[in-house]
Amino acid sequence: MGEALIEIKGVTHAYQTATGPLPVLDDLSLVVPEGDFCAVVGPSGCGKSTLTRLIAGLMKPDRGEVWLHGERVTSPRKTVGMAFQNPVLLEWRSILQNVILPLEIVAPSMPRRDRIARAEELLSLVGLDGFEGKRPSELSGGMRQRASLCRAIVHKPDVLIMDEPFGALDAFTREDLWQTMHDLRMKEPFTALLITHDLRESVFLADEVVVLSGRPATAQYVLKVGLPQDRTLDVLYEPRAVDMLHILRDQIRIAQGRAPQEGAA
Amino acid sequence: MSLRKVAVPAIAMVVVLVLWELLVWVQGWPNYKMASPSDLWPAFWKFRWLFLEYGWQTLWRTVAGLSLAVVFGVGLGMVMGFSRTMRDALYPLLVGFNAIPKATVVPIIALMFVGQHDMNTVLIAFLISFFPIAVSVSIGLSTLEPEYRDILRSLGASKLTIFWKIALPKTLPEFFGALKVAVTLAFIGTNLMEIVEPHGKGLGHLFDSGKISADYPLMFAVLIALAFLGIVLFYVVVFLERIFAGWAEREAT
Repeated sequence: MGEALIEIKGVTHAYQTATGPLPVLDDLSLVVPEGDFCAVVGPSGCGKSTLTRLIAGLMKPDRGEVWLHGERVTSPRKTVGMAFQNPVLLEWRSILQNVILPLEIVAPSMPRRDRIARAEELLSLVGLDGFEGKRPSELSGGMRQRASLCRAIVHKPDVLIMDEPFGALDAFTREDLWQTMHDLRMKEPFTALLITHDLRESVFLADEVVVLSGRPATAQYVLKVGLPQDRTLDVLYEPRAVDMLHILRDQIRIAQGRAPQEGAA
Repeated sequence: MSLRKVAVPAIAMVVVLVLWELLVWVQGWPNYKMASPSDLWPAFWKFRWLFLEYGWQTLWRTVAGLSLAVVFGVGLGMVMGFSRTMRDALYPLLVGFNAIPKATVVPIIALMFVGQHDMNTVLIAFLISFFPIAVSVSIGLSTLEPEYRDILRSLGASKLTIFWKIALPKTLPEFFGALKVAVTLAFIGTNLMEIVEPHGKGLGHLFDSGKISADYPLMFAVLIALAFLGIVLFYVVVFLERIFAGWAEREAT
């Protein structure tokens, strides 16, 4: 484990609505060491997406601080990559041109040939060889999300922030993409923060899982996953993974304001 | 396939012309009631140089008015698309302005700038056609999903870069949809002014001359010439759309 890369220190945030302020985050603190994969789970509407926007510098918290790499985040930074539930590919660009997009902003002086080589390398890592010239509309949902992930890491960001990137996919495609995500991380190390609703996804992909309480959210529980680095989906059916899923499920029920299920295991 | 594509519309056109000719012949209508297709060609030939000269007048006035409408409409659309306050302020004004039938504005403009034929005509073509462009651009920009903006904003891209790389191309299909409406409107505007203005130029004026001198075949010939010009203008826009927003077209499934 390296030094702390993402540090969230006592962040409190509220949205101004017509009926008064709506608090979403309450004194939330969170540390993600360099190279770690952190999954954040919690009940619906508990402020998980707000968290991603705060880390990306797209919003400022009412109180508290967000630090990246020992620097306080006050505005967007070039060292962040983002992926959303909606792949938001640009329909007028080919898949390759979509993946290149961040390089046009972050590294405008990078030669065209190098950009293309970098994008092709990533597309091949996620199994999209031969689709470089296609339009997004010609690809399936899973393939679009693969391309979106490539775009999120093409500029080698320090931090990859993902807001339910697999949420809209069918179960089988989703599991395929977990494996892709995992393989990608083995080859292209990055620090990641993943927002998800899927407990199995969080256990399979993450080094630690943070359970947020209901709104306004604070870190309610942190689970160290501790599964072997190089894993396949089979690991989810092992007793230690099943135990972790049970713990997380109970924590979610607590966060929802319900009692943990007795003797469900 | 391609033979079919050319032959079917061509045959349909010939059939319509033959039916038209037959109708006039069977009814025994004189020229002043309805000209027949066989009367049109002599009318064209007799005034062929005027058709060329006035056709050109009508064409460039329409294109000039439309170009102004594009510049102004896109600018207005951008202001309304990016600022909620400006949208709230300008939208009712725009709707009100658009609700005025432009035929009533034509004589006002004609009196306001008497004798300025070119300016009057271009002005009307512009006034009548900028509305759909402004509305479509403003809606295209204001309905841009925040995530599209965020993928570039999270990298620290400037507002201008986001506009250039995301907002503008994303709005192009709506823009061209509006331009197809606008080009037809601008053409109507040009002709309205040309018909109303005395001592003017353009196909509208030629139409008016035909009316004054009771040359009915000439009036019908002008109609055909106008239809031809209108079709050309429309397909120029379609052609530009294919080039700049062809990605928005889906293969028929």
